[in-house]
Amino acid sequence: MPASFFPASAEYLRILPEILLTLFGVAIMFFEAVLSEARKRIFAPLAAAGLGAALVGSIVAYGSPGAAFHGMIIVDGFATFFRVLVVAAGLLAVFASAEYLWRENHPGGEFYALILFSVAGQSIMASANELIVIFIGLEISSIASYILAGYLRDDPRNNEAALKYFLLGSFATAFLLYGVAWIYGLTGSTNLEAIRLALSAGGAPPLLLTGAAAALMFVGFGFKISAAPFQIWAPDVYQGAPAPVSGFLSVGPKAAAFAILIRTFETAFGPIAHDWQPLMWVCALATMIVGNFAAIQQSNIKRMLAYSSIAHAGYVLIAVTAASQTGAAAAMFYLAAYAFTNFGAFAVVTHVARKGERYVKIDDFAGLARRQPGMAAMLAIFLLSLIGVPLTGGFFGKFYIFKAALDSNLVWLTVLGLLNSAVAAYYYLRVLVVMYMKDPDGAAESLPSAGPALKLAVYGSAIVTLLLGILPGFVLDFANRAALR
Amino acid sequence: MTLLDAVLFLPLIGFAALLLIPKQFSRAAALIISLLIFIVSLGLIGPYWFANPSGYVFTTDAVWINSPPIRYHVGLDGLSLWLVLLTTLLTPISVAVSWKYIDHRVKEFYAFLILLEFGLIGVFVALDLFLFYVFWEICLVPMYFLIGIWGHERRIYAAVKFFLYTMAGSVLMLAAIIYLYNRAGSFDYVAILSQIETGRLTFTPRAEMLLFLAFFISFAIKVPLFPLHTWLPDAHVEAPTAGSVMLASVMLKMGAYGLLRYCLPLFPDAARSSAPWVAALAITGIIYGALVALVQPNMKKLVAYSSVSHLGFVVLGIFSFTQQGLDGAVYQMLNHGISTGALFMLVGYLYERRHSLEIAAYGGVATPAPNLSIIFLITTLASIGLPSLNNFVGEYLVLQGTAMEHFTWTAFAAIGVILSACYMLWLYQRAFFGKASDGVTHHIYDLTGREWAAIVPLIALMVWMGTFTQSFLPPISAQNARILDTTHRLKTERVQILAPEAIRAR
Repeated sequence: MPASFFPASAEYLRILPEILLTLFGVAIMFFEAVLSEARKRIFAPLAAAGLGAALVGSIVAYGSPGAAFHGMIIVDGFATFFRVLVVAAGLLAVFASAEYLWRENHPGGEFYALILFSVAGQSIMASANELIVIFIGLEISSIASYILAGYLRDDPRNNEAALKYFLLGSFATAFLLYGVAWIYGLTGSTNLEAIRLALSAGGAPPLLLTGAAAALMFVGFGFKISAAPFQIWAPDVYQGAPAPVSGFLSVGPKAAAFAILIRTFETAFGPIAHDWQPLMWVCALATMIVGNFAAIQQSNIKRMLAYSSIAHAGYVLIAVTAASQTGAAAAMFYLAAYAFTNFGAFAVVTHVARKGERYVKIDDFAGLARRQPGMAAMLAIFLLSLIGVPLTGGFFGKFYIFKAALDSNLVWLTVLGLLNSAVAAYYYLRVLVVMYMKDPDGAAESLPSAGPALKLAVYGSAIVTLLLGILPGFVLDFANRAALR
Repeated sequence: MTLLDAVLFLPLIGFAALLLIPKQFSRAAALIISLLIFIVSLGLIGPYWFANPSGYVFTTDAVWINSPPIRYHVGLDGLSLWLVLLTTLLTPISVAVSWKYIDHRVKEFYAFLILLEFGLIGVFVALDLFLFYVFWEICLVPMYFLIGIWGHERRIYAAVKFFLYTMAGSVLMLAAIIYLYNRAGSFDYVAILSQIETGRLTFTPRAEMLLFLAFFISFAIKVPLFPLHTWLPDAHVEAPTAGSVMLASVMLKMGAYGLLRYCLPLFPDAARSSAPWVAALAITGIIYGALVALVQPNMKKLVAYSSVSHLGFVVLGIFSFTQQGLDGAVYQMLNHGISTGALFMLVGYLYERRHSLEIAAYGGVATPAPNLSIIFLITTLASIGLPSLNNFVGEYLVLQGTAMEHFTWTAFAAIGVILSACYMLWLYQRAFFGKASDGVTHHIYDLTGREWAAIVPLIALMVWMGTFTQSFLPPISAQNARILDTTHRLKTERVQILAPEAIRAR
């Protein structure tokens, strides 16, 4: 048995965040079984500690960048960026859920364990350098997410969401796996670098076959990022799932799916970029249009945010279409800005929805600016960031994306994307109108003030959103360096 | 850190302070803050007091974002000087006119007003295209809330329309800015301009026209130029008095300022070749706005349409490409800011008394309120361009400048001057003369001390700007000469560069 069969210790260091997340997740499951009811308050802090440790772990792992486990995992700037992002999303989800779970009488530890497992899967996706590992990461993340979507099992809306998510999700993953099989058959490898070499070499397999394989894989990724025409599930799932879970789903899994999409298409399928670009072009435009025009008609805020998150996937797809280093960097920055913005919005929705999520209509936000000016101001910041008003992260995100697109001469896609973002302003403004310009509904149940954990999630997200809008340099420089390959 | 940085950031500090100060002090705090900003901003006249500096003064150029290189580059020149002062003057006046009018959510109101001031000053002093765009969009948000929260019945419709119109225009401008950056490698206005002037950066005629249009449409919406003006009457009618004042006096100037600062110097050939079309729209706007104003039963709507007409003169002057035309346009921007701002204030005063904007609800106001009537008369006369009051100077210069190049344009535009006398004097006759009805005598009272204090500075300026033109015009003329110089020199130089090659090609 060759000595190299056992990986060097540095290689374990490179999967430190995944190890930590899994350990903490298992620990929570264990304590769930042995601890008395009264002690179950420790799960949220424990999960937060696990995520905090994973955050540190990601940075420590970045201290020794490189491949691990025979090139299956790669730790580089790109991987680290997304690892930090998904862990941060998990952290926000834990803060926003703690109070919510008590309110809904479901304060179980398994919720936190599932969050940790889901984040672990996303973290694997972020650092995967190999199609099978991508698939494993995707499955770990997805299966945990399916359960999270149906976490309040007595609520029929949750059941519907989970079932839809599960059925459509597994169907889409099957496409992905089928595409992987094709690629393996065509190139004899599942390693992204090896595939790239095989596709750029003289005896590359026929474009028709590699194109079909890429398309099959794109169906799988497209589902996870909710790109049109694979977006059908998103509104139903986001509307039905518990509000903090919807926020988490719209942020963490999406960012990780974009990470693998960008890595796969720009590394493995880089040589055939000119052939997939037109398809991505159409998909980006369709996604923006479907998301924005459907969002205009929604009266349920969770559903509206779901369509809006579809539209935002469309903007990121513009950056992917650019197929360039600046495009990748723009997508990374956008996903970071979007993650905090969108999660923040869902966190405020979580708060206003009250027990049993009975107040999730846009009209239920009437007069929020008078009842709780702080919360209303935060939601206003998130909405302005989603519109793309300057001094918010969303603005710089859009700016970098359109700049990257123009760098790659995608003039029409840029113009159409910009016009789309003007259309989008309309439905975000509607929420602002209701919050600030309508009087509160006197008959509505009083709104208790938010707890400290939720406040931390909301205000924390808002601070990051503004920071990314005022001083974007730090994150952008990192993204630029990380996208350099 | 220059004086200009202080003037720019004091409103932002004031905004933060207003949010922290307890509610009951909001009014006083807003007044003190805005007056303080005004007093500080008077210092900006300093360099122009004795000399007439060419180029920018009070410049600050610092890195904001490394990559792409976005700079915090601000500076003041003859064009922006008076617009900044107009902004800082009208903000305390707006605070004063809102004193009683705004009775709910007072703190937020004043916070938004001061935030608006921050954005407006920023627009006028930014010398980095990206920074300019940021300020341009920042202005949108507070004004949206000012209209939407404190406006009249259809306020929400008006606020959303206002936001979407401006947003739709500005996204195209953003695309053009990014394109310019990709070509020039910089967002810095001064750097891009010098690249264009030295011929290092050239565009194909088609590209230049598209870039020009992207900027132009965004500015034309803001001006507003016919037929992109339809948001304006709604926004004005529904906005609270202070909102109307800031909107008419300062915000509309953002569009005309943009035309002068960006469209003409950056894309001179496209600007020149589209001048006849733009002039046609401007003249249509002048006459159309005046005719529509003539038949309005609603006072605020009347003043709003008169703005469409007045701003038509501004655009006409700019696109006459003559020294007098440009001078008149800039002077008219300031005049319109003062006289229309005053008109909106006075209409607001009447509304506070009678709670109606319909002209029919008034009549005979002169009997119970003689002082108010005299002030209104002076403002009316200023607005229609009576000699020795401010608008006369601007309109005259615009018409003279236009006549030097295109006499027919002048002939049509002059109809607007006559019409303005018709609709304003007719309004005055219906509202102030005649026998006072019971409703009027019962509700109308004369100007209060606070109202006097708010209106007197504007009346004084109307007389001053109408009689001592030289106090204001030299910095404007100098800057306009430079703008014209840029567009002219460029044309001749290009011809010189192109000529030998063109000969060889033959």
